[in-house]
Amino acid sequence: MENTTRPNQHLVSVRNLTFFRGDKKIFDNISLDFERGKITAIMGPSGTGKTTLLKLIGGQLTPNSGKVLFDGQNVHQLALAELYELRKKMGMLFQSGALLTDLNVFENVAFPLREHTQLPESMIRTLVLMKLQAIGLRGARNLMPSELSGGMARRVALARAIALDPTMIMYDEPFTGQDPISLGVLLHLIKALNTTLQLTSIIVSHDVQETSAIADYIYIISEGKVVDHGTPAQIQQSESEWVQQFMHGDADGPVHFHYSAPDYIDDLFSNAQH
Amino acid sequence: MLQLIQKLGQTTLASFSKLGRSSFYLGHILKCIPSILLRPRLLVNQLYSVGVLSFLIIAISGLFVGMVLGLQGYYTLSDFGAEASLGVMVAASLVRELGPVVTALLFAGRAGSALTAEIGLMKATEQLSGMEMMAVDPIQRIITPRFLAGIISMPILGVLFSSIGIFGGHLVGVGMLGVDNGAFWAQMQAKIDFRDDVINGVIKSLVFGFTVTWIALFEGYDTVPTSEGVSRATTRTVVNSAFAILGLDFILTALMFGDH
Amino acid sequence: MQHSPTQDTLVGLFVASGIIGLFFLAMQISNLGSFVDEDTFTVTAHFQNSGGLKIKSPVSMAGVKIGQVSRISLDTDHRAKVEMKIQARYTNIPSDTTASIFTAGLLGEQYVNLEPGGLDDNLTDNSEIDITQSAIILEQALGQFLFKKSADK
Repeated sequence: MENTTRPNQHLVSVRNLTFFRGDKKIFDNISLDFERGKITAIMGPSGTGKTTLLKLIGGQLTPNSGKVLFDGQNVHQLALAELYELRKKMGMLFQSGALLTDLNVFENVAFPLREHTQLPESMIRTLVLMKLQAIGLRGARNLMPSELSGGMARRVALARAIALDPTMIMYDEPFTGQDPISLGVLLHLIKALNTTLQLTSIIVSHDVQETSAIADYIYIISEGKVVDHGTPAQIQQSESEWVQQFMHGDADGPVHFHYSAPDYIDDLFSNAQH
Repeated sequence: MLQLIQKLGQTTLASFSKLGRSSFYLGHILKCIPSILLRPRLLVNQLYSVGVLSFLIIAISGLFVGMVLGLQGYYTLSDFGAEASLGVMVAASLVRELGPVVTALLFAGRAGSALTAEIGLMKATEQLSGMEMMAVDPIQRIITPRFLAGIISMPILGVLFSSIGIFGGHLVGVGMLGVDNGAFWAQMQAKIDFRDDVINGVIKSLVFGFTVTWIALFEGYDTVPTSEGVSRATTRTVVNSAFAILGLDFILTALMFGDH
Repeated sequence: MQHSPTQDTLVGLFVASGIIGLFFLAMQISNLGSFVDEDTFTVTAHFQNSGGLKIKSPVSMAGVKIGQVSRISLDTDHRAKVEMKIQARYTNIPSDTTASIFTAGLLGEQYVNLEPGGLDDNLTDNSEIDITQSAIILEQALGQFLFKKSADK
C-alpha cells in the first residue's frame, strides 16, 4: 500500500494509526488516503470515533501509534508553532458551527483574517463580504450567532473555515439535524466550494444518501477498522452484509435490532417468579 | 475500609494530576503574556467585563461593611472611652484584612464564576477547539487577557472597597454617632502605615487576584464539556477560591504582620 | 472583540478610580501624607526608660504632631537614646525644651511630648535635648504609690 502512494496525489495519508481513549481502542491500525481536490467521505455508525479521526488529522489529538501525513509532513512530529502554521491550510467545520458567540457574523468570518494577517480594514471587509456572498449570507452580516438557525450557523462557520483559503476542509457531520432546504444548500455549497476552490474535502457523516450523492470516495469505518472503501457505486455493490445494512438503513441484519440479552420468554418468567 | 483507603488514594492522585495540569496551564498563560501586552485592545475588553462590571457589587458591599464596622466599633470602643480610635479601627480592619479578603470573595462569586462559565461554555460549544483549528491558540487569545485583567482588577477593586468602606465608617461614626471628625482622621493617620498596611493590603489583593483568576480559568478550561460539567465547574471555582483566599490570607498575614 | 468608546471610557474611569483610591489611602488614611516632601531634622534625647515608645511614635508639642521617633537604642550609660525627626518648618523650638514620654489616655499609645523652654537659641539638626522625663511605667507608679501609703502609716 505504502509504495503505491504518490505524495502529490494524496494530500492526507493516515498510516497504521492506532488510538486509545482511556482503555478503549478507538482505532485499530487503520490506513486511509485522501486524494487532492476530491471529496472523500468517512462514514460509520455513531460512536465509532469519526470526529476523533478529524481531530487526529488536525493534530488536536496524538495517536498511540501510526502517523498522519499532510502534504508529506508528519502532523504529530511538528513543533507547536509549525503545527499552527499547518492548520492555516486546514479548515474545519464543526458540527455545532463553533461560532464565537460574542462576535457577530461579520466579525466571526473576519476573525481568522484579523488574527493571522495585517490586512487593512477595507481589505478585510472586502474579503469577508466575498466569503459571505459565496455562502449566500452577506445580508446577515450583522446578526449574532444566537440569532441564526442551525443551518445558517453552519454556513457562516463554512465561510469562516474558508476565510484563509485553505487547501483542505474537514466537515464534521455537516448534515445532522438540517431541514431539507438547509441540507440542499449545504450539499450545493460543499460541492461548489470543492470545484471552484479546488479544495480537498473530508466529510465525516452517517447520512448515507446525502454523502453518497457528493462524495468521490467513501471509507466505511466500524469498530475501529475500515470495513470497506471505494467509490459510491462500488460501496453500493459491496458484498459485506454489514455495509449493505448500513447503506440501506435496515432495522435488522448483522447488527441486531435487539441489544444482546437473555431469551425473552425466560427473562419474563424469571421475573414473575420473584 | 479497604474501599475507603482506595478512594482516598484515588482522590489524592486525582488532585495531584489536577495540580500538575493547572501548573502547565499557568506556565502556558505566563508565556503568552507578552503577546497580549502588544494587543491592549483584548485586555481593555476584559478589564471591562472582569473589573468594571464587578465595581458596583464591590462599592455597595464596601459601603455597608464600613458602616457596620463604624457601628460595631463605636459600641465596643465607647466602653473604654476610646471612640476617638474608631477611625483607626475601621481603617486598619479594612485596609489590612476585610478590603482584600471580602473583595476577593465577592470577586470569586461575581467575576470568577462568570469566567468559569464563559470558558466552560466555549469549550462545550467547541469554540476553543474551533479556534485551535483556525491556528489560533485559545490560551493566548482567550485565557491570557482574562488572566491579566483579573490580576489588574483585584487590587483596584480592593483599594476601592477599603476607601469606600472608610467613608461608610466615617458616615456612621462621625455623621451619626458624633465621633470627632478631626480625631477620626488624625488617629487614623498616626496609626496606619502606608507601607506596612496599605501596600501589604494591595499585595494581598494581587495574590488573591492571581489565585482566583487562575482557579476560575483553569476550572473553565478543564471542565467536562456538558451543561452539567459547566455548572459543577462554576461551583468548584467559588468553593475552591474561597478556601484558597482564606488559607492564603492566614499565611500572608503571618508573614506580613507576624513580626510586629 | 467588538468594542465601543463607552467601554474604553468606563475602563479608563475604573483604572483612574483605583489610582485615586490608592492616593486617598496613602494621603488621607496613612502616615504617608504627613511626611511627603517634607524635610526633617533629627534631635536626640536620652531617657532613663523609654517605656512602650516605638519607632514611628508621634512627637508632639502642645498637642500638635510635629515629628516622629526614628530610632531607639541603648547608649553607653544604659539609657534609652531616642532619635526623633522633627519637621523642618518648626525651626523655633528653644534648645532648653523638655522631652517627656506621655501616654495618650490610660491605655493609649505612648508619644514624646516636647515642652518649650525659654532660651533664645533653637534646636537644629543633631542637637540634643538635655532635660528629659522618662515614661511613667504603670507598675512602678503603682508600686511607689502603695509603698508611700504603707510608709505614711
